[in-house]
Parts: sequence; structure tokens; C-alpha cells
Amino acid sequence: MVAKLMTVKQDEIEKIAELARVRIAPDEAAEVTSRIANILTLVDQLQAIDTDGVEPMANPLDAVQRLRADAVTEANQRELFQAIAPAVENGLYLVPKVIE
Amino acid sequence: MHELSVAQLSLGLREKRFSSVELTRSYLDRIRALDGQYNSFITVDEDGALASAAAADQRLAAGETGPLLGIPLAHKDIFCTRDIRTSCGSRMLDNFVPPYDATVTARLRDAGTVMLGKTNMDEFAMGSSNESSFYGPVCNPWRVDCVPGGSSGGSAAAIAARLAPLATGTDTGGSIRQPAAFCGITGLKPTYGRVSRLGMVAFASSLDQGGPMARSAEDCALLLNAMAGFDPLDSTSSELPSEDYSASLQQPLAGLRIGLPREYFGQGLDAATAERIHAALALLEQQGATLVDISLPHTGLSIPTYYIIAPAEASTNLSRYDGVRYGYRCAQPQDLRDLYTRSRQEGFGDEVKRRILVGTYALSAGYYDAYYKKAQQVRRLIRQDFLDAFGSVDVIAGPTTPGPAFALGAKGNDPLAMYLEDVYTLAVNLAGLPGMSVPAGLVDGMPVGLQLIGQHFQEARLLNVGHQLQQVSDWHLQVPAGGTQ
Repeated sequence: MVAKLMTVKQDEIEKIAELARVRIAPDEAAEVTSRIANILTLVDQLQAIDTDGVEPMANPLDAVQRLRADAVTEANQRELFQAIAPAVENGLYLVPKVIE
Repeated sequence: MHELSVAQLSLGLREKRFSSVELTRSYLDRIRALDGQYNSFITVDEDGALASAAAADQRLAAGETGPLLGIPLAHKDIFCTRDIRTSCGSRMLDNFVPPYDATVTARLRDAGTVMLGKTNMDEFAMGSSNESSFYGPVCNPWRVDCVPGGSSGGSAAAIAARLAPLATGTDTGGSIRQPAAFCGITGLKPTYGRVSRLGMVAFASSLDQGGPMARSAEDCALLLNAMAGFDPLDSTSSELPSEDYSASLQQPLAGLRIGLPREYFGQGLDAATAERIHAALALLEQQGATLVDISLPHTGLSIPTYYIIAPAEASTNLSRYDGVRYGYRCAQPQDLRDLYTRSRQEGFGDEVKRRILVGTYALSAGYYDAYYKKAQQVRRLIRQDFLDAFGSVDVIAGPTTPGPAFALGAKGNDPLAMYLEDVYTLAVNLAGLPGMSVPAGLVDGMPVGLQLIGQHFQEARLLNVGHQLQQVSDWHLQVPAGGTQ
């Protein structure tokens, strides 16, 4: 798998863009792919580092999630929060029709 | 008035030599007159500032004291401010008026500070030059055809140009320290978890940290005092009590062991900048500190490690911008997928989209172990370098950046060249340590910064060292002449 990392292909980037909901214009796809390939080449130097037995570090203080009592602490502020939405109706966020 | 320290301003307010309204007006006048050259503010809130100042004057008249009561400041436009647009430098949030305050802005409001406005920044804090802002680049007050650094470039430029005495910033890979160095001011990135991230627009959640920016370490300490502390609403906030960061500023440096990582003084460091750093270190030595040669062997890996972890976390965080609940929505979406895709396409700039793609790639099926997990493992090795070094030294010092500010546009088309700018700052975020940049003089008329790195939660030690340096140097007092050469 490591060998495959070096050769990102344009169709792969197009698929990733689709997953991330970021459109790449057809005339930009080659350039975007080459820029991302350059970044991936930069990061590929990590593959040479021996990390056997090293625990991945998600938090720099190795902190774990703090828990709180399961009690209601927030008031409902739906109208305040929906006041900044592009489109709402009857307390619901409006989007284009999904099901005909 | 614009050259006074915060402590002097506070004294002036309490002794009624000037009112907060007068002080605030004088800064607003400066912003109006001068910021056309710098573009350091995205939003200036004149009415709000004058109202806050009037309220502060009433509190002062009632005999209330407080080191920041009535003091004007600016917030990086990444901190949510209730009823004031918070754009994060992006078209995506150009219309976003938060219904709540960030913990940092709320605490500083309670402390009686007067918010002048919101400062310019790289889009979603992704950049080292402030050129990726939707609101246009910021110009460096020392030389307006140079970048101010980024991503907190507006905050740094505003302080350097004396448009605000204090500002907040955030630092994910150097975004407080690098612009502080480029603009000749002082900036501190606290330990991860020291300052609440609630209401601070998220970029890379395991790296992001807010901190103070000011002309001096003394002023930074006053600002940090009001920013730091446990916040139950931030799940990664540290429960360790914060301290009075002003209390130990006067502590003598005798016996202080300062580690100089040889990796920070090697190839890639501009020779004139290295000279300035050594001159600053010599001043610390004269005050009784000992300089110790150390090694942080994984330093070179901080760039690839950062450029996996930060984009991976960014791609996750930025998935929330979908054109549905707030922020930018494209016109006339054809269907739901078009709504999502086109809102993001039109709302995000190129660098943000690039990082979303890299991050999505690094997290995608089949690549997760090779990229994200690998980077998290190397991240632990990078932190271990520091922990090992702190066995024999108290603080670590070196340059903040490889050289002084570069010209606007010089690296705009080359993301990799831009990424290399952060080689000395990234590891500090990966390790979660506090880091500070203090002015260390000029190279060809442009400021450079000395970086001080401390052990976890030892912000007070860094501020102490910075303050002691500023007692025997005047680099932090130098004023930019502006203009171009």
C-alpha cells in the first residue's frame, strides 16, 4: 500500500472532491491534482519512520473526554438560532425537495 | 497615548487623566485615518465600542478597578461575538452574526475591555501570510508591500500600527507567533487547553489555541489573566487552575537553563536573523541564564505530521458548512446535493478547499492508517523530543521564523513554500506546549522574533523571560515608519 501513496490520480482526487462536496471545475482538475500530489509527496516522508509500538496521540496532554451529569442545562433557543438560517419555515430548515 | 503600556493606560483611567470614551475615540480615529493602508480590521464597531467605553467609565466612576477595565482591544475575527458579524476571513461566514459569545470574548467583556472591532485573518486561519482572507490581504505596517504573517495577521498589524493596544489571536501551527515576529510585537500561544475554545471557530481541534498579542510580555500577561481558565463548555479545557501571569514577571533569570535546539539554527535559517537571535540570547545570558545545546531530532517531521493532522481535522470541522443552518447558501440550488456542493464551492477559497481535499484523502478508507494514524504516532515522538529536552533545560529558545516578512505575493502560488515558513512553530502545537514570540530587533528594517518554548502550563515562565528581556532591550518599543522601500 505504501507504494501506492506516491501516485495519486486525477480520478481519485475527483472522487475525494465528490465525497467532500467540493466541486473541482474540469479545467482545474489537473492542476488541483498536481498540487495535492505535491503535498502528499511532502507528507510521504513519514512512511520511512519506524513507529512500531508507538501509541497514536490524539490529544497533546493525553487527556480523556470529561463527562458531566446527564442533566438538562440548556434552554431551548430555536428561534434565536434559526434567525440566522438562509431559509426556515415552522421551525424547520428548508432545503430543496429531496423526495418527489 | 498610543505608546503607553496597558498598566499605564489603566492608571491614566483611574486617575481620570483621560476617560475610556476618550481613549476609545482616539483609537477609533486612528483606525479610520490609518487602516486604509493596512486593512487590519474586517469590522470596526464604533457604536458598540463607545457604548462599552461609556459603561466602563461608569464602573470606573463607581470606584471599580480592574487591570483591563476601560482598555480598548481588538478580537481576531475567529472569536464569536454576539450580534457582531464573525467572518473567519471567509465568504462562507460573510453573513454570519453569531447568536452567542465565545468564552474568550465574554470573559474579556466582563473584565471591562472595550472591543474596537474584529481583525483580518487568513481564511479559517489557514495561512501564514494573511493573503487568503476573503477581505483582502493585510499589509505589514513596517513595510506595506510585505505580508504581516498569518493567520492572526490583522491582530499583529493592528498592534504594530498602534491601532489597538491589545488583541486576541489563535495559533494552530504558528498563527500567533509568526505574525508577532513579522510585525515586531509580542504574542503567546498558551498550552493546549489553557484558553477556552468555545466559540472560537474550529480549524484543527487538537491544535487550536487562543492567546494574547500585545507590544510587551507585561501586556500579554494582563490579557492572558483574563482569557485563561477552565471552561466547562469546552470538553478539552484544562481543569488545572490558571494563575496570575503578572506575578512572576520580575523574577530574576539567574540559574535559568535555556535549551537551543541545534535543528532550529541549521540550514534554512537566514544568517542576519540568526545574528539577531544570538544577540537576544546573549542578553539573557548576561542576566544569568545558561545556554545549553540540545537536540529535537524529529523537528523536520513536524511539517509532514502537521500537514496531515491539521487538514484531516479541518476537513471534519468544515463539513458543518453546508448552506443549511447558517452561513453562505448558493443561489437557486437544483437539488440538495447541488446546495451542499455549490455553497461550499462558492463559499470557500482555494487554500481551504485544498486542505479539505488533503484531509479527506488522508482520512479516506485505505489511507487512514498510512496517513492519519502514522502522523499521530510521529506526533507522539515529536512531543517526546521536548519532554526529553525539558529534563535538562527550563525553556527552549530559537528563531520564530526562518527570516523576516516576505513580500506580498511572493509565496502566494506555492503552498509548499508557504508551509516551510512554519518549520519552527508547528512542533509546539503538535506537542501542546506554550510558545511565545518576542521582538529581537530588525533585519533590513524588518522585525524578527525570538521564540521561547516552555513546559506544559508554564506560560508564566515564558512571560517572565520575555519581560526580563524587555527590561534590557528596546526592540519591543520600536515603532514602524510604514511605507515602502
